[in-house]
Amino acid sequence: MSERVAMLRGDTVYRIHWELGTDVLIGVCHCGAEHESEDPVELWEWLLAHPEGHTTPAVEPVRREPVAAGVR
Amino acid sequence: MAAFVRNQWYVAAYGREIGRELFARTVLGEALVFYRTEAGEVVALADRCVHRRYPLSESRLDGDNVVCGYHGFTYDKAGTCVFVPGQARIPRTARVPSYPVVEQDSFVWVWIGDRDKAETTPIPRAPWLDDPGYTTVSGMEPLAARYELLVDNLLDLSHETYLHGGYIGTPEVANTPITTEVDEDNRVIYVSRHMADAACPPFYSKSTGIEGRITRWQDIEYHPPCLYLLHSRIAPVGLLPNDDGSDPDAFHVEVVYAITPETEHSTHDFWAVARDFALEDQGVSDFLAENNRTVVMQDVTALDILEKIIEAEPEGYQELSVNIDTGGLAARRILKRMAVPSEKLQSEKPIDTETPVKVSS
Repeated sequence: MSERVAMLRGDTVYRIHWELGTDVLIGVCHCGAEHESEDPVELWEWLLAHPEGHTTPAVEPVRREPVAAGVR
Repeated sequence: MAAFVRNQWYVAAYGREIGRELFARTVLGEALVFYRTEAGEVVALADRCVHRRYPLSESRLDGDNVVCGYHGFTYDKAGTCVFVPGQARIPRTARVPSYPVVEQDSFVWVWIGDRDKAETTPIPRAPWLDDPGYTTVSGMEPLAARYELLVDNLLDLSHETYLHGGYIGTPEVANTPITTEVDEDNRVIYVSRHMADAACPPFYSKSTGIEGRITRWQDIEYHPPCLYLLHSRIAPVGLLPNDDGSDPDAFHVEVVYAITPETEHSTHDFWAVARDFALEDQGVSDFLAENNRTVVMQDVTALDILEKIIEAEPEGYQELSVNIDTGGLAARRILKRMAVPSEKLQSEKPIDTETPVKVSS
């Protein structure tokens, strides 16, 4: 997939990446667990159920882009 | 739909709107009157005389006091009645509520809720609006729709291509993948569209001098319930910000919305566009003001229609959400939580509604 964007730096950030050219959403929990879905409602439910159903895979770290000027 | 979120700061006006004339504005269903004291301090009081509820905004100022235009009840800037016509005794209950007010980033922010929580709740920042390094155009449009519809609208920029085609929409906007982030602790929703290689719209090539293709970022940063920021960054292809966050070689447009509920079915839609290039170019200012106002009015027209439809429909209509709604769904969830009084949340996980938002400065 394309490189993942991560702009927020907090300890409890949930992320959903919309993969280019597909209908698939990838949810990434702050614990590192990931889940794919084509339904954003279902994916938010999975993320917010943390830690239920979240197993942390050995993931490669997301690429963090520098924050733009003026952004927190 | 969520209810009002109380115990928060809301933009009530631009600072320039408040002077030595009494100024009426309703926020979260509360009718308020604003004015400046002779020393320049902004005052917000309930816009109803305690006597026969005549609007104080239809009255007059006497120094820093408001003299009711009906029978002359007179209030000081704290809302305390200091004069009752024809009698010496001032009833103990003769006072109108006053509201905490802060002027910041060109806005007048008013606190709606329990007064003792105001000081510990930071106000989110939009520093560009009051920064000499930026030139800003701004306005406010009344929206005859509930504020949640505007939140939904602003959290999903894919509607640009369709509702605003020919203005701000370009094919790349609808085709760019998005990343949606939610910071639970700080209650921030962030939606990023980073176009690595996009066509440069003629307006930007003309006003910035960039030739050729661009890296274009559109990053939404929403601090619910009121403040919405759209960081728009344009740079020659491949040019990224420095590791320390500085970004001297890119061009920035900061679009700011303040989403302030007026009533359950109407909203004050404040908008501002600040830029860090072509600062003295009036033509660029005129273009951005006209363009953004047009875009806002296109949204207003569409959302006013939606409000009428929602009001007329039976309860329980089932919407369909798709990928573009990921950010809007996150905003709805946080607003819903924030609208619940904190004591009702105690048995729930996981958010602490009393945690102040960390404010950028």
